[in-house]
Amino acid sequence: MLLARFKGLITRDAGADRVVPPAGFTVRLTLFTAAAMAFLTVFALALSLAAGRLASTWGEELARASTIRISAPEGQLAAQTATVLRVLEQTPGIDSARALTTDEQRALLEPWFGPDLPLESLPMPQIVEVQEAKGGYDADGLRLRLQAEAPGAVLDEHNRWRRPLVAAAGRLRLLGWVAIGLIGAATGAMVTLAAHAALAANAQVIAVLRLVGATDGYIAGAFVRRFTLRTLTGAAVGTFAGLIVLLLMPSAGDTGGILTGLRFGGLQWLWPLLVPLSAAAVAFVATELAARRVLGELA
Amino acid sequence: MIELDNVAYSYSGAALFSGLSLQLAPGSFHFLTGPSGSGKTTFLKLCYGALRATEGRVSVFDTDVADMDRDAVAFARRRIGVVHQDCQFLDHLPLAENVALPLTVTGQASVDQVDNLRELLTWVGLTAKADALPPELSGGERQRAALARALILSPDVILADEPTGNVDWEMSQRLLRLLVELNKMGKTVMIATHDLMLIRAAKSLVPARILRIAGGTLQSAGADL
Repeated sequence: MLLARFKGLITRDAGADRVVPPAGFTVRLTLFTAAAMAFLTVFALALSLAAGRLASTWGEELARASTIRISAPEGQLAAQTATVLRVLEQTPGIDSARALTTDEQRALLEPWFGPDLPLESLPMPQIVEVQEAKGGYDADGLRLRLQAEAPGAVLDEHNRWRRPLVAAAGRLRLLGWVAIGLIGAATGAMVTLAAHAALAANAQVIAVLRLVGATDGYIAGAFVRRFTLRTLTGAAVGTFAGLIVLLLMPSAGDTGGILTGLRFGGLQWLWPLLVPLSAAAVAFVATELAARRVLGELA
Repeated sequence: MIELDNVAYSYSGAALFSGLSLQLAPGSFHFLTGPSGSGKTTFLKLCYGALRATEGRVSVFDTDVADMDRDAVAFARRRIGVVHQDCQFLDHLPLAENVALPLTVTGQASVDQVDNLRELLTWVGLTAKADALPPELSGGERQRAALARALILSPDVILADEPTGNVDWEMSQRLLRLLVELNKMGKTVMIATHDLMLIRAAKSLVPARILRIAGGTLQSAGADL
């Protein structure tokens, strides 16, 4: 029956369209609600996808990286660095390790101290960059071994500070989807109320249609079609407005975080196309249920 | 066609009538008369499934109404043309579309049916009003339009509740002749009316059975009319 009704949505039935009196306040209410909800959904979707991108970036870039900082008196630094590299070479789960050059260390500090920093004259620790193999390594075991063989070496697992950030981004993404779910439910509730009001206000029309032999399916179909198409129209307008606003938001390029990255990337721009269709599907189901209930009450 | 067997009906516990039995045989013509409030309209509503009997059995086209779901009732109504006392229409649609409404809801609105519609509007004298909205029509015009709507699907049974209540005598005669003509074509007709002149006029046109609801029972009448 639902399939037949959906088919009826696509194949226009001019007669069924006309049996329901044209519009009242429910039209404006449905259009406005659908537009507002779609507008909000676009933002929730953008937030969710941006949070997902961020979590994924942090995860990929930092998940398998660690650093070892070696602080030792000048005469021992080279020896401890060599020891650390040897230990790392022997440690299972380490994919690669290398000591940063002076230039690379200067580049790391440049944003804070400027390009003219006389690095040679400062007691700078040596940084060793470590890339884990797929299975990871035993951080506690490595830490103990380093303590014994190169006392100036301190292992800094990026995972330690990355994990809460990735978790936070994951929560934001979840929050976005929960918001979308709530918006969908609210849209369904509003359409149900509007459809219920329209059906109740048209009790006389329903009585006439029944008198001349209209089935409940026909009567419900006329209302379902009207509310579904109204919602689709309103949601399309709201989605379009949401996309325009997103496009006008400032972009910070690669350095962007959640706020400046609140837009879609690449094929993600196709996602909002689902918003009007989903809203129409919600309206379709909500009106169908409301119609069945009201027609049962009016029988 | 339609059979009532020992039927009772109560409104909020107060019995309107009880023990009513009647068979509307194919091709029969019945008048139902009785004082206001005696239950004529309720009786007709029981006949087309708009109300369910409190007791007893009503069967329409050999199916017990109690066993019919709403869709089954809708399909049965397509074979029963009903003219209501208060002539309900869809006020936002022009008269022609209202008359064609049974065709629309049954998916039969086709070009072939347009001729049928035009002919019917001509017969009830409403061609000039085809584009008028129902609120713009007089009581008589509404009643004629209701009759046209009831006939457009060429139903097997015609149930008319005071069909001549708001029309002049000439139009009453015309409508009666139309119903008699339909009856001669094999349609079953039942008219609820308190217009005794109409019943007397019909006696010379058709062998009608006259029933009277009074005091909660159904009696044969006619000898005194």
